[in-house]
Amino acid sequence: MNKQEIIGHLKAIVQPYIQDQTAFESLTEDTDFINDLKINSANLVDVILDIEEKFDIIIDNQAMEKMINVKAAIEIIEMHLAEK
Amino acid sequence: MTNQNILSKLPYSKPFLFVDEIIRIDENGVEGSYTFDENLDFYKGHFKDKPVTPGVILTEVMGQIGVVCLGIFLLNDTIKKDTAIALTSTNIEFLKVVLPNEKVTVISEKIYFRFGKLKCKVMMKNTKEEIVCRGEIAGMMI
Repeated sequence: MNKQEIIGHLKAIVQPYIQDQTAFESLTEDTDFINDLKINSANLVDVILDIEEKFDIIIDNQAMEKMINVKAAIEIIEMHLAEK
Repeated sequence: MTNQNILSKLPYSKPFLFVDEIIRIDENGVEGSYTFDENLDFYKGHFKDKPVTPGVILTEVMGQIGVVCLGIFLLNDTIKKDTAIALTSTNIEFLKVVLPNEKVTVISEKIYFRFGKLKCKVMMKNTKEEIVCRGEIAGMMI
């Protein structure tokens, strides 16, 4: 799975939880989940669980804390997919 | 943790404590009961001259028994004095009316407990074993 495909999946996953439509439409690797998309911390847990389900991976507490933006999420997803 | 221990750790008091008894609790779920005292203040206004338990109060009962009690059980000794909790989502449908003096039982099943957030499938039954309301409630430590 390439980076663009991962971003495509991520966009679909975060869409139900975003509060800033403009930031969502112009989403890039640098987009921050909380500061830009305004995803609240309770919903961020659901984003992480949806990522786990979509990519069939397990995200631990340490990785969860790093997942603050699209770039970090892609890195963690790619790392887990490579381990398979 | 004993059931009595869990009750003593609940961050509520009268008139906003809505748990009488924990009937059963384990890592996957909880069952508890509460009886609505007819003298509860909200009956004076909901509705005028026709007391009916408000849906938000039914939701609160389900939240306190189904999510907060279970959360305290799951956190066990890691719970601190300054651990603050917050309700984060509710999605409930209401099927039956609950009148003053009725006893209700809440049955809750854990959907997940991850990253400090607990989400449960919760159901409330009356003494006739009819489902009063049901849905999903989530809360987390903040």
